[in-house]
Amino acid sequence: MGTVTDIEKALTDWASEHYGAGAAITGVRRLSGGASQETWAFEVEAGDKGEALILRRAPGGISAPRASEAVTLATEAALLGATGKAGVRVPGVRHVSAPGSALGEAFIMKRIEGETLGRKILRDAEYEIARTRLTRHCGEALAGIHSVPLQGLPGLPTSLGRNQIDKYEAVYREFDLPRPVFELAFAWLKANAPEPAPPVLVHGDFRLGNLIVDANGLGAVLDWELAHIGDPREDIAWLCVNSWRFGQTENRVGGFGQLDELLDAYAAAGGARYRPADIDWWEIMGSLKWGVMCMTMYGAFKTGADPSVERAAIGRRVSENEIDLINLFEGLGRHA
Amino acid sequence: MHDAPSAKELIEAVKSFLDKTAMVQLQGHAAFHARVASNALATVLREMELRPAAEARERDRLQALLKSHEADVGKLNCQLCEEIQVGRVDLGTPGLLTHLKSTTIDQLSVDQPGYSGLRTAAR
Repeated sequence: MGTVTDIEKALTDWASEHYGAGAAITGVRRLSGGASQETWAFEVEAGDKGEALILRRAPGGISAPRASEAVTLATEAALLGATGKAGVRVPGVRHVSAPGSALGEAFIMKRIEGETLGRKILRDAEYEIARTRLTRHCGEALAGIHSVPLQGLPGLPTSLGRNQIDKYEAVYREFDLPRPVFELAFAWLKANAPEPAPPVLVHGDFRLGNLIVDANGLGAVLDWELAHIGDPREDIAWLCVNSWRFGQTENRVGGFGQLDELLDAYAAAGGARYRPADIDWWEIMGSLKWGVMCMTMYGAFKTGADPSVERAAIGRRVSENEIDLINLFEGLGRHA
Repeated sequence: MHDAPSAKELIEAVKSFLDKTAMVQLQGHAAFHARVASNALATVLREMELRPAAEARERDRLQALLKSHEADVGKLNCQLCEEIQVGRVDLGTPGLLTHLKSTTIDQLSVDQPGYSGLRTAAR
C-alpha cells in the first residue's frame, strides 16, 4: 500500500470522520523522498473548517528500521503535543495512525507556511524583520523544549556528553582514517568535560533547515527525529555550529544572532543561566559530531551502499569541520 | 607514455561538458548530481596543482613535531594521532595547533576554498 490513490482514499475516510461527511481531500503531493520518512502535503476542504495539512508517514506505511537513534513517528507526534503544551511553536497534531491501519504508521499535522532554507532566511529581504527577532524566538523555544516535564513523555533514548564522545569516537575509529584534528578534539573533550546538567528533553537537531521562519520570526520547530534526554547546552551549541551559519560566521547563533542575546532570552523564558563559555565544549562536540557524520556519509560511498557522486564528494567536506574545530580551539586560547 | 591530452586537460574537458551541456539539459536530482560532479572535478584539479607542495610542507612540519625521519605522510599522521591519543601531545604542545591549522588550510584550499571557516582562520 502506498500509491497516491491508496493514500487519498485513506485520507478521505479520515477527513469525513474528523471534519464531517462531505469533507474532501485535494492536492495530495509528495514533498520529500527521504528513505526513512515520507512527507506529503494536502488540503482538507470542509466548508469553513478546511485546512492545509502535512502527512508524515513511514515508507509504504510500514515502519522500517530507521537510523538507530531516530524516534518513532508516534513519539514524534507525542513530542509535538508535549512541546506545544509548553508554549513552543510547533505544528498541531491532527491524527496519529497506527501500523496496520489504512494510512499505515503515520501522523497528520497542521501545515505551517514559511521558509526553511537557511541561505534564504539569512539573505532575503523578506526575512529582515524576522532576523532581528529570531535569536530571541529561538532562546524562548529552547527554554520551552527544555522545560517539558519528562514524566509524561514516551520512551526516549538518553544521551549525555560522555555518551556522545564514546559513540562518535567508536564510529570514527571504525573508519581507520586517522585525522589528527579529530583525535585532538576527542582527547580535549574527554579532558575538559563539564559536569552534566540536569537532564532535559533535547530536540537534537535545532538549527536553520529544521525551523520554519516567516516574515515575523520563528513559525515552527520541525524534525524531532533526533529528540532525546540529554544536556540542554547540546541544543544551544548545535544552533551555533558554524556548519549551520551558512557563511555568516560573525553571527555565532545560526548565522543571524549573538550568543549573549540567545542566552539572555533563554534565561528570561525560564531556562538556566548560561555564559557563552559554557557553550564552547558543546560547540566543539557539535562540530566534531557533524564531521564524523560527514565521514559516515562518505563511508556509505566507500562500502558501495550508496555509490552516488554526492556521497563521494561529501568526504571532502570533513575538512570544513576540522577548520571549525581549530578556530574554536584558538578562541579558547583567546578567552583564557 | 604520452600525455596529449594530459590528465588535467581530460578532466577540464569533462568538467566543461558537465557545466555547459549536461547540467542545462538535466533536471531535479540529476541536475544536482551533475553540479556535485562538476565540483568534484574542480577539487581534483586543485588537488593536482596544490597537493605536492602542501604535502611536502606537511611532511616537514610532522617530522619536526615528532622528531622523526619517517618520509611517509600517512605514517607520520598515524603516529601523531597515537601521540595525541595517549596524551603525549595535546593542545599545549608547542607547534601542534600551528601545524594542524596550516595543514587544514592547505586541505580546505583543495576541498572547499570558499568555506567560511577558512576566512575566519585567515584572520
